[in-house]
Amino acid sequence: MSDVSMVVNGRKVSGSVEDRTLLVHYLRENLGLTGTHVGCDTSQCGACVVHMDGKAIKSCSILAAQASGSEITTIEGLAPGAELHPMQAAFKEHHGLQCGFCTPGMIMTAVDMVRRHPEGLDEKTVRNDLEGNICRCTGYHNIVQAILAASKSMAGKSETKAA
Amino acid sequence: MYQTNYHRASSLEDAAKLHAGAGEAKYVLGGMTLIPAMKTRLSAPSDLIDLRHVDGLKGIRVSGREVEIGAATTHADIAQSKEIESVCPGLHYMANHIGDPLVRHLGTIGGSVANNDPAADYPAALLAVDGTIVTNKRELKADAFFTGLFETALEDDEIVTAVKFTAPERCGYEKFRNPASRYAMTGVFVAKGAGGVRVAVTGAGENGVYRAKELEGKLASNFSAGALDGATVPSSNLMSDIHASSEYRANLVVVMAKRAVAKAAG
Amino acid sequence: MGMEGIGARVARKEDKRFITGAGRYTDDFVVPGMKFAAFVRSPHAHARIRGIDVEAARAMPGVIDVLTGPEMKADGIGNIICGWMIHSKDGSPMKMGAWSPLATETVRYVGDAVAIVVAETKGQARDAAEAVDVDYEELEAVILPEKAMDSGAPQVHPEAPNNLTFDWELGDEAAVKAAFEKAAHRVKLDILNNRLIPNAIEPRSAIGHYNKAEDHYTCYTTSQNPHVARLVMSAFYNVAPENKLRVIAPDVGGGFGSKIYIYPEEITCLWASKKTGVPVKWTADRSESFLTDAHARDHVTTAEIALDADHRITALRADTIANLGAYMSLFSSATPTYLYATLLSGQYEIPAIYCNVKAVYTHTCPVDAYRGAGRPEATYVVERLVETAARELGISPVELRRKNFIKAFPYQTPVIMTYDSGDFNALIDAATKAIDYDGFARRKEEAKGRGKLRGIGMSCYIEACGIAPSAAVGSLGAGVGLWESAEVRVNAVGTVEVLTGAHSHGQGHETTFAQLVCDRFGLPMDNVSIVHGDTDKVQMGMGTYGSRSGPVGMSAIVKALDKVEAKAKKIAAHILEADEGDIVIENGECKVAGTDKTVPWFQLALAAYTAHNLPGGMEPGLKEGAFYDPTNFTFPSGCYICEVEVDPDTGKTEIVQFVAADDFGRVINPMIVEGQVHGGLAQGIGQALLEGAAYDRNTGQLVTGSYMDYTMPRADDLPSFQVPMTETICPGNPLGIKGCGEAGAIGSPPAVINAITDAIGNNDLTMPATPQKVWAALNAATRH
Repeated sequence: MSDVSMVVNGRKVSGSVEDRTLLVHYLRENLGLTGTHVGCDTSQCGACVVHMDGKAIKSCSILAAQASGSEITTIEGLAPGAELHPMQAAFKEHHGLQCGFCTPGMIMTAVDMVRRHPEGLDEKTVRNDLEGNICRCTGYHNIVQAILAASKSMAGKSETKAA
Repeated sequence: MYQTNYHRASSLEDAAKLHAGAGEAKYVLGGMTLIPAMKTRLSAPSDLIDLRHVDGLKGIRVSGREVEIGAATTHADIAQSKEIESVCPGLHYMANHIGDPLVRHLGTIGGSVANNDPAADYPAALLAVDGTIVTNKRELKADAFFTGLFETALEDDEIVTAVKFTAPERCGYEKFRNPASRYAMTGVFVAKGAGGVRVAVTGAGENGVYRAKELEGKLASNFSAGALDGATVPSSNLMSDIHASSEYRANLVVVMAKRAVAKAAG
Repeated sequence: MGMEGIGARVARKEDKRFITGAGRYTDDFVVPGMKFAAFVRSPHAHARIRGIDVEAARAMPGVIDVLTGPEMKADGIGNIICGWMIHSKDGSPMKMGAWSPLATETVRYVGDAVAIVVAETKGQARDAAEAVDVDYEELEAVILPEKAMDSGAPQVHPEAPNNLTFDWELGDEAAVKAAFEKAAHRVKLDILNNRLIPNAIEPRSAIGHYNKAEDHYTCYTTSQNPHVARLVMSAFYNVAPENKLRVIAPDVGGGFGSKIYIYPEEITCLWASKKTGVPVKWTADRSESFLTDAHARDHVTTAEIALDADHRITALRADTIANLGAYMSLFSSATPTYLYATLLSGQYEIPAIYCNVKAVYTHTCPVDAYRGAGRPEATYVVERLVETAARELGISPVELRRKNFIKAFPYQTPVIMTYDSGDFNALIDAATKAIDYDGFARRKEEAKGRGKLRGIGMSCYIEACGIAPSAAVGSLGAGVGLWESAEVRVNAVGTVEVLTGAHSHGQGHETTFAQLVCDRFGLPMDNVSIVHGDTDKVQMGMGTYGSRSGPVGMSAIVKALDKVEAKAKKIAAHILEADEGDIVIENGECKVAGTDKTVPWFQLALAAYTAHNLPGGMEPGLKEGAFYDPTNFTFPSGCYICEVEVDPDTGKTEIVQFVAADDFGRVINPMIVEGQVHGGLAQGIGQALLEGAAYDRNTGQLVTGSYMDYTMPRADDLPSFQVPMTETICPGNPLGIKGCGEAGAIGSPPAVINAITDAIGNNDLTMPATPQKVWAALNAATRH
């Protein structure tokens, strides 16, 4: 067993887990944060994307023990207040989701994408940078639209700490 | 995943000590290959020794054309490095196209080199630039380091600490991805340096990364894409799978080489 | 239309929970005391089970129990059923072998379930599953459908000699033969419709919970049709009678058909919960999904059309071998028959059609309906033939299609269907305009300058959805009716709950269904809730598949709304002392037309429940239910055009333009309908360019068993789409809706392949058109 402690969505958490516990399972099963999903077992679908120390990562590909000591933001912590994060709002407005299963990972990847491209985004960049996220419902069309729109609405706004 | 024992090493000495005290131990940096392999139970180390928090393993040092990159440096770090972009654009491009952005945030050059996946990108770059792999015990030239599929000259407990090389005059990388996995189905790194032209191929060879000497010969006197017009490479030692036959890969080796040269020359 | 009524682009009500991580999928549920299951699965494509030793596994840490097939059989759990009887052309019923949820004597595909391990943690269950020692006697396997009927081929089930389950036909063989003899032109193709793996991103999952005190079962499961699951588990698998079994399908992360079926795992979890006395949860990992989620398509076809000297199509025939896999799954017999051959007329007047389908067992995962189900296969046959004919005759594919289009409705095809509406010229006009068809030659020339081969391809599809009058499908062999139910409950404060037997797993029912209510009574969206997915809340329903939630599910809601409206008008007339016929309901008020006399909706609802002042003899309350049985299939149609550029050096295809012009009848929410089209296109383009399940033809191992080898469409594989719509109202249902869920996946594959073959000048190309295949086809074309 490993003792792990980390800051998740601004809250200090700690616990003891089997060493083989993946971060995603720690989040879902120990912390009840079931917004982060598991869609594959080869680290490709991106349903499990969270932010670790401010960067988007796949929480299915890192042990909870490896992540111990870091700061994690999950979809539940993206916009802690009543207001949606601009990326969440854009996904809704542009119908960037259908079944919703890949959506948390998509949104966490998309927020990170905007952060990595302060110069702004175009369609080609968005499509390339979505390589690590698979959606079976939307054909990506509206996800791309949502991210482009959010990147505009986020431009100029100071980056929230959670994001 | 099978049971494993996780250890976080605080120093290289600590890591070596942990390794000596464990059963079938493996080192882990980003874990972008190892953890997935453990998840599908294809890899089952009794102990996992995490090097990500060892001081001094991370960082990019460029002095003139001499480049040294710490093993724990992530693909994203290299992809964002202006210094690397300016002295070795081929490597910079490569780092920007390994895996996906999420993988690039954790995956490291040291992990990639030590694992020597036949479809990994960095081995091609290091082989082409005639790079050196630095370990906690010695320094090895890339030619001697990469020995086969997932095989390197590393001893069981040896740790890659850095890679270093003299940036070539010109270099370029192009790859054709496996449509499903997005790993390199054929990737070619071309470099024109003090020692001549070197062409390294990943994703295609039956024994992992290798140098395409027949293409190097054509480029030695004329470093241009046109020099490869009509060139062919034998398919006999190339991998064959549902995505690409060895004949198709042989074609891709030439096409990717041409495009890499065009980029390097341009 | 109001801001939130029929035709409005209303943002989805359900999105809030999904974008904040508050969706609740099966694997998110925690039942107190819940333990975890792992399945022991066959590593062989075909083997006899000589024995199963579970003792070592039982002794592993955390293991609660290990259960096997013989125990399940002893408890009377029934075999898995196929829900549609097909008769061969000689009149004999289909020959179906037994499918036990846990194999008892023989395993028939890699992944076939053999035992279940229940343990304290998932990891422990997996560890113990590996320790279950199954003694297999490995047997020869038959993998390829075209080899299944060979003499000496390994036999999958003793009940089906030569692995043939049925040899079925539709149409007039003699008339077709005569037409071919007289034909001026014939065009023939060998066609493979590649095997697909559905890959909803949420893996299948189930929680079985047996409550001993109440002798009652609850099943949480990833189902598109929880009521059908309950019916089948009760009536055929003997898990429990319906009144002792609650099935809940909460948020479900995509289905595409693959979550219609009642799989071994949910049955086994329920049974295991009773055996072990603990709630049992199982969630597939992706590798298990690849092995065991019902696969799709997998047809081998030879097809031919005959044309007269004036280029009119006079006949079509198709001979198809359909691979059913190792067992007959729920709709597996209907998919390659009544959902396939009945669409072989396409959008064309074809006087004579004949189709023969031989459905065969192989030692592979069961094959069943997946987005489009039979109709993509039919469309691929028709549209590849028509495009090829145009090329061979040297005329424009547009012209050939226009010449042969059906122009008057209703139109009776020679293969059962009566098309009720459509305007195929309007669709081809819309699509050719959107893509600038006439400008293609210039674009091709420009691409050539960049070293790229540009091609254009078209596909004009018609499909059938809603799935038909119950009496009609019953006469064709269906085991159930295909109606839908709805109940509209107006609460005492005027808010409305709509209970539906349809299930939403991405389709946005919580929004579109609510729009019907908003439209009818002028209520705000927030005052309307949609309830679905729980057999304790909704009495009965047939679920969501076959693009039926719109044409059938919404029609049931309309019927219930009619009844509510009628009663509300009676109450309003009574309160307002007016004539019932003069009452109109709009903007949340009941009014006497032409006067200023009104009663607000909430007050009317309250009056219905206080019942202080109701018309004489009227029952209190305002709640009505309805069942809607369709009067016909509905027939969405469309014209899809794909434009590609092929890199001749690598064979890689880029889709540079894709236009999908569709006629879905009346559209309730265009935003959602467009989204459905986008998703269907991605799946159809995926089939054409990227996806293909491959088994090792000797060992039967699934070669494409993960995302490392099965190519899922990703964002950079696809373009942005243009999706113009035309509209002919469907005369068969009250809203005039045709259904939109599957069209994209049905219409797009032939458009893509027609475009690539146009670009490379070689028509000999199978799906998926991977870079390797296109490169090889291009080289073959250049050599010739």
